[in-house]
Amino acid sequence: MFWNPTIERMPKKDLEKIQEKKLRALVNNAYNYSPFYRKKFDELGIKPENIRSLEDVEKLPFTRKVDLRENYPFGMFAVPLSQIVRFHASSGTTGKPTLVGYTESDIKVWAESLCRGLVSCGVTHEDVIQIAYGYGLFTGGLGFHYAAEMIGATALPISTGNTARQIELMRDLGVTAIACTPSYMLYMAEFAEKMGASLKDTKLRIGIFGAEPWSEETRKRIEEKTGITAYDVYGTSELSGPLFTECTERSGLHIWADHFLIEVIDPKTGERLGEGEKGELVVTTLSKEAMPLIRWRTGDITVMETEKCSCGRTHPRIMRILGRSDDMLIIRGVNVFPSQVEHVLMQIPELGEHYMIILDRVENLDEMTIQVELNEKVQIDKPAEIINLKRRAEEKLKSVLGVHANVEIVNPGTIQRFEGKAKRIIDKRKI
Amino acid sequence: MIKQISVFVENKPGRLSAVTNVLFTRGINLRAFMIADAGDFGIIRMVVDKTNEAYKALKEAGFTVAVNEVLAVEVEDKPGELFKISKALGDAGVNIEYVYAFTSEKHKALIIFRVSDNEKAKQILEKMGVLFKGEIE
Repeated sequence: MFWNPTIERMPKKDLEKIQEKKLRALVNNAYNYSPFYRKKFDELGIKPENIRSLEDVEKLPFTRKVDLRENYPFGMFAVPLSQIVRFHASSGTTGKPTLVGYTESDIKVWAESLCRGLVSCGVTHEDVIQIAYGYGLFTGGLGFHYAAEMIGATALPISTGNTARQIELMRDLGVTAIACTPSYMLYMAEFAEKMGASLKDTKLRIGIFGAEPWSEETRKRIEEKTGITAYDVYGTSELSGPLFTECTERSGLHIWADHFLIEVIDPKTGERLGEGEKGELVVTTLSKEAMPLIRWRTGDITVMETEKCSCGRTHPRIMRILGRSDDMLIIRGVNVFPSQVEHVLMQIPELGEHYMIILDRVENLDEMTIQVELNEKVQIDKPAEIINLKRRAEEKLKSVLGVHANVEIVNPGTIQRFEGKAKRIIDKRKI
Repeated sequence: MIKQISVFVENKPGRLSAVTNVLFTRGINLRAFMIADAGDFGIIRMVVDKTNEAYKALKEAGFTVAVNEVLAVEVEDKPGELFKISKALGDAGVNIEYVYAFTSEKHKALIIFRVSDNEKAKQILEKMGVLFKGEIE
């Protein structure tokens, strides 16, 4: 099934013609209306007319997370604020959030991209979709919501949490499709088992899972426990939100070439890699108006495939995300940079400068524990003082990271010291 | 008032021996000792014969150490003594945050108090004639 059969099956040559045309418009637009890109192009001596064909993309500079931070809040925008119809934001790397703005058309393109994906994995207007991603500044909830409504399916905007209620409504309303993190799906399945129920006895048939890395093994486990078919979804808030999914063939995620131009590069050298080679995904947005991004470094490691899919779609595909090129962690679907943790800890004078982040998966849910040394200079006589300190640190971390972390205060000098680059993360999770 | 040392320790095997080893190698003698435990960690409180030396040695060993002044009361080692004192403090509205006691050859029974209002407690205890004013040896 197709949402937009003409576009989705369009011959590659025609798609490239669209891309080329849109690329020229993008570069023009960015140069003329985005103060950030104007400056960047001028520094590099690039004029919009230098960018004619798709090969010229390599002449363009990369855009990185630090650019968004430095140009917060509106420096990346290429339209006046009056044309912005929505903001989304995620916590930034060192305090300032990453802000994304959308025009009306941006929202439509986003919804249609995901809409094509959902239809490609078999969602129809008959489906009831339980959207168990966070609603709000996080893009997951609203992204799926708009796509579900565009299809004409029934959206159940339940958001995250309250697992007993999730299962109750899933059963009572005859939910047929669900969107959430894969770890939450497993958690929910095991929660149901503990209640003496099984998700196999519900009408649920399709799950679209993402916002965190997962594996074929996890897919198998989900399918065995729930009896559904599990699909991968990809997207980042900077690019809009959840955008691309697998189709029923499940051999990669279709990247809609009429809206996005992708490359895979060597994250160290920045050089473009060939088909089948593992590298960092770089995306140029061809249709975004409010905040166009040129050669956006996603930090996600994948492999690109351009051959036509056996489903009939001609757009390039990326394989399951294999990891990160930077130190970003994904905890319960929330992006966390170790630098954010450090930033918070350093603001608390009673704590020392040495810390360790330990990640584990307990009953299918991520748990983050931060061991941090007590500053040896503080005067402590009562356990309550440590308990308060721990609570204060946990509250600050929660407000900055958007996800809970357990803080364990340890003796000064007990966290391993490193000469050279410190290793501050122990990830025990099996994904 | 006497000096008490407090040390933050994780609740892990070997932590107590790490603290006591520092004291042992300097020939420091413990007079009173208690651990307030709170899950993952605890606070060791102790009274020693050479407070300054113990403080320095623990600090050098990397521990988070504090020295506090606490009230000490010297009473006969017989029934009812702690009752009398705690009642007097309670009646005067002084809160006792923690208390521990020890006996030794040199002293009678010594009871160590940490209270909400040191000055008020001192007055009361002095009036009762139980406030310990000596030095811990």
